[in-house]
Amino acid sequence: MTQHTVEHQHPLSARSSVPRGRLARTALTAGFVLSVIVVVTVPLYGAYAATGTSAGTLETLAKWAPLILLGFGLNLLMSFIAMGIGTVAGVGLGIAQVSQVSWVRRAAWAATEMFRNTPTLILLFMAMFLLPFELRFGDLVIALPPWLKAILGFSLSMMAYVSEIVRGGLQSIPTTQWEAAEALAFTRRDTLRLVIIPQCFKQMLPPWMNVYAIMIMSTPLASILGVHEGLTITRSAISAEGQPELLAPFYLFLLALFFVYSYPISLWTLRLERRYAIKH
Amino acid sequence: MTDASTLPIVRIVDVHKSFGLVPVLQGVSLDIARGEVACIIGPSGSGKSTLLRCINALVPIDQGSILIENEEINTPSLDKLTLRRKVGMVFQQYNLFPHRTALQNVMMAPIHVLKQDKAAVETRARALLKKVRLEGKEDSFPGELSGGQQQRVAIARSLAMNPKVMLFDEVTAALDPETVKEVLVTIRELAEEGMTCVLVTHEMGFAREVGNHVYFTDKGKIVEHGPPAEFFANASHPRTREFLNQIL
Amino acid sequence: MFGIDDWFRRLYDTSGINFTYLYDAYDRGRFLAGIVLTLELAAICIIASIVIGVVGAALHGSRFRVTNALVRGYVALFRNTPPLVQLFFFFFVLGGLLTFKTPYGTFQLSNFTWAAISLSVYYGSFNIENFRAGIESVPRTMVQAAEALGYRKGQIYLYVILPLAFRFSLPALGNTLVSLVKATSLAYAIAVPEVLYVSSEIWSDQLNVPEMMVTIMVFYVTLVSIMVYAIHRFEKRLRIPGYSAGR
Repeated sequence: MTQHTVEHQHPLSARSSVPRGRLARTALTAGFVLSVIVVVTVPLYGAYAATGTSAGTLETLAKWAPLILLGFGLNLLMSFIAMGIGTVAGVGLGIAQVSQVSWVRRAAWAATEMFRNTPTLILLFMAMFLLPFELRFGDLVIALPPWLKAILGFSLSMMAYVSEIVRGGLQSIPTTQWEAAEALAFTRRDTLRLVIIPQCFKQMLPPWMNVYAIMIMSTPLASILGVHEGLTITRSAISAEGQPELLAPFYLFLLALFFVYSYPISLWTLRLERRYAIKH
Repeated sequence: MTDASTLPIVRIVDVHKSFGLVPVLQGVSLDIARGEVACIIGPSGSGKSTLLRCINALVPIDQGSILIENEEINTPSLDKLTLRRKVGMVFQQYNLFPHRTALQNVMMAPIHVLKQDKAAVETRARALLKKVRLEGKEDSFPGELSGGQQQRVAIARSLAMNPKVMLFDEVTAALDPETVKEVLVTIRELAEEGMTCVLVTHEMGFAREVGNHVYFTDKGKIVEHGPPAEFFANASHPRTREFLNQIL
Repeated sequence: MFGIDDWFRRLYDTSGINFTYLYDAYDRGRFLAGIVLTLELAAICIIASIVIGVVGAALHGSRFRVTNALVRGYVALFRNTPPLVQLFFFFFVLGGLLTFKTPYGTFQLSNFTWAAISLSVYYGSFNIENFRAGIESVPRTMVQAAEALGYRKGQIYLYVILPLAFRFSLPALGNTLVSLVKATSLAYAIAVPEVLYVSSEIWSDQLNVPEMMVTIMVFYVTLVSIMVYAIHRFEKRLRIPGYSAGR
């Protein structure tokens, strides 16, 4: 199979003789390294500028950094679990959106549209206020702490996004493929499993990764609901120290954590997008 | 023309079908005997392809009756699996599964639908690919094959289900003139082996040579039909003549 | 008005379902004000983010490496950090730096202004990418054809690239704007009295959380549906007969 390299070149920019792929990769790597340097040095400079003597601020930041990192770990954990739940539920909902049974199709569409068009923050509020603090199944009691409720709120949002991706992916396969499988007496399940999904899996990957990026970027919303994730801890640290000059370095440190995690993922997504975009 | 002692393998009686408000089939009736090669010709939009899709229930009919080996298919209790084991179909655009090799395309349905033993299916699939003269192309992906080669894989894929009737929907219409022949040769061999074939086609030469019976459809009806020699020599209906004059 | 007031008051008395803003003038007043503020914030951010997108995409395509790199850096930084943290950064850090005393009183930008700036800057970075991708999907052959006809660069942009690029980028632009409208609810976090904030005030006074939740959900789903419909109509109006975009 041949790989198509898309020429994502500006129509009016000069043509270069260097192979596009390598040039782009070098540029991206250089850009990344540069960005990391900027992101790491700007907070330090901010700290320096704010206090005049960088030592004090840096020491304070160093003192709190492990705790903030721990909080950031909860952001990652919430994003993983919510993405897992959201993907499983979303694949189911997406397949239901192309069901042959009209009421199933309509119900799945309505659920998708409802959760997709409601801001994640509102879904979080709903999860927080409308879910009980524990679930009882006979003797089994499952506690629902805020971070778990937040995960459920995020999952609803992700489910709806994934559902749309799956519906789009399934419908992008020409109807002739469905027809050919049907003529060979495949069941609906086998048609999806053996013919349709293998063909659209690759093209669903980049949008799925984009949805993950949206997911990780929305995890600080849990802070509004009192979950002790990165943003909450950063804010508590600032108010515990009570020095306004700490605001800039602490926030920049948190922004840098997200950036360092997210930027490589978005570069990778972009590469996958370009690789799969042109194939028919 | 059918032998009175044998029942027709396909019997179509007064079939009606509309897509929304557009009538596509308006009372079509025909019988196809076992081993017969029936060619359906006619202008585009005359309902030929829809008729073919009705025969294996890809398109449900509104009214009338279609019997395959004396079993009614226009019934809610229809077992589509049994029907499609009996009736194979080959499409104009081949519709091979692009993510599977030629051999895998042929093997998939017998393994997953008929639950047959994989080793046995593979032997048969290789034999079928050889039969359609594609030995050596087993591991090629559809995208690496020419149109004619892809269409022959599609024929082999259909044959792997051991159908009693094969439906061909304008199978040469998307092919280059040079590759049309290799596909027609394959179909002719099938016909000579006694396979019942129903073809929607624009290849008048082929219909004349290989066909046992020619049907001319227009505006959802069969206007005229008969054995090819008779049909092409003295078609009487003005619409048939107009069509034949344009095409020949 | 009397009928609706009465009906919902009775609904509360009989079932406990309490849509206060449908019979209580005070709640109705603050809820409507919240809706108006959400719409204002959305409208301002839509315009500002599109302006940022157009300007950014133009700078991105310029020959000067510095502007090009700056735009890339801006897009990378803002797309890869959480909007809520950005909002706090703008509001608390820059807001703090931009507060100073003048002879006439303390100069300070309002919470609403900071929310508008933060969201516009964040979604502006998305719009730069949307417009840039639109420009890139204009086939090179089209540009060459224009060059062969003797068009100058500026003319090629104006008459060939932009009309096509704008159409190509519309679907992605629509998605971004929908996200933007939903994200106006972030302003809640810095106490901008938009629809979520006023709803939270109402539910803490009236203890009618489920009713208010349903209400905001319906509000957003309706708002987004209207937007999606409008964008769809717009796309349809701009569609070029017989030309399918981007393929």
